[in-house]
Amino acid sequence: MYSYIGKRVLVAIPTLLIISIFVFSLQKLLPGDPVLALAGEDRDPQTIEYLREKYHLNDPVPVQYIRWVGSALQGDLGISLKTNQPVLKLIGDKLPVTIQLAVMSIAFAFVIGIPMGILAAVKKNTALDYIANVVALSGLSIPNFWLGIMLILLVSVKLGWLPASGYQPFFDDPLRSIQTMLMPAFVLGNALAATLMRHTRSAMLSVLSADYIRTARAKGVSEWAVVLQHTFRNAVLPIVTLSALLFGDLLAGAVLTEQIFTIPGFGKLIVDAVFTRDYAVVQGVVLCTAVGFIVMNLIADVFYVLLNPRMRAAL
Amino acid sequence: MRTAKFLPALVAGALLALPAAATELKIGLQDDADMLDPAQSQTFVGRIVYTALCDKLVDLSPDLKIVPQLATEWAWSDGGKVLTMKLREGVKFHDGTPFNADAVVYDVTRSMTLPESKRKSELKSVEKVEASGEYEVKFTLKSPDVTLLATLSDRAGMMISPTAAKAEGTNFGNKPVCSGPFKFVERVQQDRIVLEKFQDYWNKDNIFIDKVTYLPIPDTTVRLANLRAGDLDMIERVAASDAAAVKADPNLTYQSVVNLGWLAIYFNVGDKATTPIGKDKRLRQAFSLAIDREAANQIVYEGTSVAGDQPFSPQSPWFDKNFPVPARDVEKAKALVKEAGFDRVPVEMIVTNNPVTQQMMQIVQSMVAEAGFDVSLKATEFTTLLDEMTAGNYQVGRSDWSGRADPDGNIHQFLTCKAALNDAKYCNPEVDKLLNAARESPDEAVRKQNYDAAMAIIQDDMPMTWIGHQSWIWAMNKKVTGFVPNPDGMIRLAGVKKAD
Repeated sequence: MYSYIGKRVLVAIPTLLIISIFVFSLQKLLPGDPVLALAGEDRDPQTIEYLREKYHLNDPVPVQYIRWVGSALQGDLGISLKTNQPVLKLIGDKLPVTIQLAVMSIAFAFVIGIPMGILAAVKKNTALDYIANVVALSGLSIPNFWLGIMLILLVSVKLGWLPASGYQPFFDDPLRSIQTMLMPAFVLGNALAATLMRHTRSAMLSVLSADYIRTARAKGVSEWAVVLQHTFRNAVLPIVTLSALLFGDLLAGAVLTEQIFTIPGFGKLIVDAVFTRDYAVVQGVVLCTAVGFIVMNLIADVFYVLLNPRMRAAL
Repeated sequence: MRTAKFLPALVAGALLALPAAATELKIGLQDDADMLDPAQSQTFVGRIVYTALCDKLVDLSPDLKIVPQLATEWAWSDGGKVLTMKLREGVKFHDGTPFNADAVVYDVTRSMTLPESKRKSELKSVEKVEASGEYEVKFTLKSPDVTLLATLSDRAGMMISPTAAKAEGTNFGNKPVCSGPFKFVERVQQDRIVLEKFQDYWNKDNIFIDKVTYLPIPDTTVRLANLRAGDLDMIERVAASDAAAVKADPNLTYQSVVNLGWLAIYFNVGDKATTPIGKDKRLRQAFSLAIDREAANQIVYEGTSVAGDQPFSPQSPWFDKNFPVPARDVEKAKALVKEAGFDRVPVEMIVTNNPVTQQMMQIVQSMVAEAGFDVSLKATEFTTLLDEMTAGNYQVGRSDWSGRADPDGNIHQFLTCKAALNDAKYCNPEVDKLLNAARESPDEAVRKQNYDAAMAIIQDDMPMTWIGHQSWIWAMNKKVTGFVPNPDGMIRLAGVKKAD
């Protein structure tokens, strides 16, 4: 098991390298000068030249890249051009916010999506199945920004139940923290639940038609035991894969939702950084997100092994 | 990591230290500020935060007069080349460092020499600044520059504690120490900036708020929703489309004022100009004549902005009445196009991909089409627009200016030959001479004469044409009283009260 994980980590290194080269070159292709964006309305030529030298923006791109990789290997992701703060500190500030939002969103997605998917499969072609499908379809079709604004207007402005936006660190005030995150997590989770419901339904349906399920039923196993123990456990593998990918996605930040609920997470950080051409921040956040994806995939693989005895035997 | 753990404790401590009935004001801003160092920062919202955090040598009154703040009186001498200022006594910075002439000399010199300083061009007329007494400073200029006072009413005149500045260097902005009515408590990037009342403030009897929290909320709808839900007490830059809703809400107060800035169309008339509209001023004049400024402003800004045709709004004392906002005249425009030898003129216009700007330009596009201009709009995000326009890689561009208190700041740097913001790439030695003369004379009548003379040439050459002036719009809870709108868009908290 450990050698399996070790191998996967080794494979991740070239992936990260390729991603970093890709992002670095793509950024340089963008029109727009970071220093010009930074120099503000007055665009003083002297300041522009000084900043360009200071951040080595006059060097050839490969030199800039090698310098960046060199520092990154020593744990230094550079300094934000906009705020003058170390990128690592910015990421450190945003990561807990993004993780909290991701965890709460995926929790919403699980709670809504999986039971709905199971029900839809078990009650296939009944009213319940159709309702679940309609709910899922609306979850997928309603844009996040619209749902977000509507929720704010209803829940915060009209009813006054939850704060309209903002963020409270979890360890400062857990209750308030959860209150501020409820609406954004629901908005994100609602869309994911739809995807999750559809996948759970089809995975369940394919297992439900298997021979061993008929055997279980013939043995007189209760229907819920058939569904949950025999069917769901076997249907869960594709759901795990999907969940890992969805969670990785959430770790990359949710731009629109963060913007609407004013949550200081990765999404907002990276969008601001792209618009001001704050290269070091874009680069740092993308790298961090890529690591997040790789870790999530690794976790999914480990789960496979834990959930599926056949794979354990193959190791 | 240690700082991360320490900060919440610090905040909790600061909160506990506040008196029981502490009045907190929560203000929603459109963006997050950049670094909070007056010498290095660039953002408009940063200036709003400074208004509470850092006092300036002089301030700007709502009728745009320069009024005392840390300097109590001043005088020009030596033909406008020397400015002597008397300073307020008994003022302290938030860290207890006394404010005096040495502090002014240190701060102004820092803004002039710090390599990262973005105030250098604003202060470039200053030769040296020296203490001529414990509470008196003398600015000696390279050439007369009456705009210096207005410059000192903004970031270049903000006083920071020399003790903190020496200790923190370029990182001063992470923990700013000034002498304003409120002192810095904490900042969470893209989330909030918290300030609390400075108990030793020289004008503390006029400060009725104990704690101010600034929250950046970029979406205008969400900002307003937060105000209505009671999570905010005040918001800036309310969208024009929300103005009616705010006015109709019995719980909210609406305040607005026409700002110092402008909305303009730039024509690239420089060496790279190869287009008919760049080469022939008759086409530019026709383009301008074909725009119904009144209608465009009414539609896009729902009556909150005013139409204009100069870098000064029609309400400004600097507005040249010889060039009133022109009524739309399609026939005359068509005749000018014909005179220039064209039937249809192709024009590519670069605009930012902001919905309001695009809406405005689509209206202009259809208006000028009637006069013979086939405008194709090229929408890009702001950084790219900036790059293209600075490099002169465009035909016609659309850009805004936030405005400066002194008229010089709204015209000189755009239309003099070597100016940094001359994106029209316009160069006319006569205009240079007039605009330089306007900056040198302390006599307002002489300045006005020079601006009017320059305006006559500019309206004829037309390297830029102005279309209007937006308003700053604020909305606040009815409990908040005493706020006075100022055309510079800042939120001054002296006199502002919040009922329980």
